Amino acid sequence: MVTAQRSPGQAAGKSEADPAAEPEILTGSEITCRSLEAAGATTVFGYPGGAVIPLYDALPSSNLHHVLVRFEQWAGLAADAYARATGEVGVCIATSGPGATNLVTALANAQLDSVPMVAITGQVTQALIGRDGFQEVDITGVSLPVTKHNYLVQRPEDIAPTIKEAFYLAKSGRPGPVLVDIPKNVFVAKTAYIPPTKVGRKSYQPTITPNIRQVRLAADEIAQAKKPLIMAGHGIILSGAEAEFQQFAEHTGIPVIYTLLGLGAMPEMHPLSLGMMGMHGHRHVNRALEECDLLVNIGARFDDRATGRLNGFAPNARVVHVDIDPAEIGKNVETHVPVVGDAREALKMLLAEVGEGNHDAWMRWIDGQRNRVLEAALEDRPEWPEPYSIVKAIAEATDHEAIVTTDVGQHQMWAAQQFGVRYGTRWITSGGLGTMGYGLPSAIGAKMGRPDLEVWTIVGDGGFQMSFNELATAVQEQLDINVAIINNGYLGMVRQWQDLFHNHNYSEVRISAPDFVQLAESFGATGIRVTSDDEIRSAIERARSIKGPVVIDFVVEPEANVYPMVPPGGSNSEMVHDPQTPQDQE
Amino acid sequence: MQHAHTLSVLVEDQPGVLNRVVSLMRRRSFNIDSITVGHSEQPGMSRMTLVVRGEDNEVEQATKQLYKLLEVVKVTDLPEADAITREMVMVKVAAKGQSRSEVLQLAQVYGARVLDATPTTLMIEATGDEHQIDSFLTMMRVFGIREMVRSGKIAMGRSSAGTRSRADVSTNGVYAAAD
Ligand SMILES: Cc1ncc(C[n+]2csc(CCOP(=O)(O)OP(=O)(O)O)c2C)c(N)n1
Ligand SMILES: [Mg+2]
Repeated sequence: MVTAQRSPGQAAGKSEADPAAEPEILTGSEITCRSLEAAGATTVFGYPGGAVIPLYDALPSSNLHHVLVRFEQWAGLAADAYARATGEVGVCIATSGPGATNLVTALANAQLDSVPMVAITGQVTQALIGRDGFQEVDITGVSLPVTKHNYLVQRPEDIAPTIKEAFYLAKSGRPGPVLVDIPKNVFVAKTAYIPPTKVGRKSYQPTITPNIRQVRLAADEIAQAKKPLIMAGHGIILSGAEAEFQQFAEHTGIPVIYTLLGLGAMPEMHPLSLGMMGMHGHRHVNRALEECDLLVNIGARFDDRATGRLNGFAPNARVVHVDIDPAEIGKNVETHVPVVGDAREALKMLLAEVGEGNHDAWMRWIDGQRNRVLEAALEDRPEWPEPYSIVKAIAEATDHEAIVTTDVGQHQMWAAQQFGVRYGTRWITSGGLGTMGYGLPSAIGAKMGRPDLEVWTIVGDGGFQMSFNELATAVQEQLDINVAIINNGYLGMVRQWQDLFHNHNYSEVRISAPDFVQLAESFGATGIRVTSDDEIRSAIERARSIKGPVVIDFVVEPEANVYPMVPPGGSNSEMVHDPQTPQDQE
Repeated sequence: MQHAHTLSVLVEDQPGVLNRVVSLMRRRSFNIDSITVGHSEQPGMSRMTLVVRGEDNEVEQATKQLYKLLEVVKVTDLPEADAITREMVMVKVAAKGQSRSEVLQLAQVYGARVLDATPTTLMIEATGDEHQIDSFLTMMRVFGIREMVRSGKIAMGRSSAGTRSRADVSTNGVYAAAD
């Protein structure tokens, strides 16, 4: 066997290091960089500070590209979006104390959406731990409920194996965020760098291949169903199973509905695609759920925003649930046939067991539930630039090929309803946590991961005001990203709840804003304002032609609501529709 | 039906493992009646005994969530009929004059041991299952308990029945992965 050449940034990860060769003596910081490189990291998002100054000392001589953010939470969320766009593990770095606590929201975001992420935090020197040292926070304690796992590294020789294991845990099984807390003196200490060869723990054995007998039971259910539906979740995208999924849907002829994060599991323009389910799902989708006799959930966790009130959820259906996490089976919805395993493996096995199917009559029934009047009304809306038109114009201008990320609120739901997602890894939104501020940092993370793709983010005027400081990061990194602000002058989604469920009592939802055009310009980005419908397309084309970050301020109708809407605590069959738009067949 | 389940949990002996287990149970709103932890027969492994109250499906969910902790190697839901459980109690009982001999007599009945004595009190240790301990304490209360400390429950199955392996959990107990 050829002796592995050891050169900075290259050797790590090679398992056949020559045992005769002297191991290099490196600092903990250098080992951290080497270990990150060995794990395949190329880009890290972070912010320096006392406890990680030694690590930042080693960064310039590593092969890692460090993106200096303006707030640690946005580093975490950028890393999260980087992971979603690339399928790789996202990496973020923060200092101890306030740096680390600023990461907590991003960790929770990744935890709830099962996104693979590794966070490296500095910790105070070991001698100070437990003595309330300057900028000491017990971040392994704090992050316990919002990480898949976390570590406090005690010795420099533990850094390499810990980081290797952290990446393995983040990516394998049900993915999630892993935090590695490293005390300052451990960064400084020197030790022999021995790239670890093995990874894994006896107690961690995720089930990848499902039990064939369960798969056959699922296939039996599919064979017998008259009105089956497939519910597509994030798990399909996380496991890279889009091709198998589409084959499965086409082979069985079963129509597909999506959770918010399942969008893109198959192109939405596919004839079997029905669209999003749940609180702001389409009318025909929620009606199909009410009517179906079999629900095949692949890689979704039956989140309450998707299911509505549980005792009204898919009341006539038997349930097949494919999930890599056994704890999800039966957690929220009673399951008749559990299939535990990776979505891709499960779909491959299912494909071998299911027969060809055709559900034309059932599809026709569902089609009859579409709200055609609403769909027609979308074509002509007056005066203001209409959010749906903006979303659709971006989708059309980019031929649904761009990465689109969103912030959280009404604009997010409008985008989810009408964008028409073609690829799951190009629809990036904060689902489980609903983290306002996600839009811009996620666009930065996505663009860093996929510089080859056009990147748009659709944000609200509220959420953008949380994270617009990241325009500075985007300018510094010369990122070609486009921000579409759906500017309604309100914390729109909260206003909508107050409008519909709290007697129109608008409490603290009117929100002023800076002049977004001037704001963008002051950062060195480009600003464009759009105040009428007929300017939408030209503004989008202008933004696409300009290099560097562009912000379009779409000034929209202040009080438009997102419809349909399932009232909180209601069942999916209790959708509220737009009172302005006539409903057909009600 | 709500009832107490005794979970025997084999864990890797890592710093913070007790914190992880307790934090998990708290944040998912599982009720812990008692928890004990100590070394197991395997080096580097500890065994916890958790008494958890809840519906069967809730306890099953707790078991699955426990398995998601990296340090958890095995969770066994010990069926009542198959498990032998023990608790220990130490009590300081008022025992002067005539009651002193009565206390000593009763202690003997319960197989309890006297650990220490002062002119006015006796310190007694008793072990047994929950009911034996309860009954012992009822008797001691008659004389006046000055101080008491009670361990949580430890338990061991007679056979290996009731063990839920990872494979069982992964298929929701419908079919074990092995077949
Ligand atoms: C960090 C955070 N704080 C508060 C909320 C609650 N929240 C959800 S949507 C929303 C309003 C968002 O307003 P805006 O960004 O303008 O978007 P719009 O709904 O108007 O499209 C708020 C306050 C949240 N999701 N996240
Ligand atoms: Mg708004």
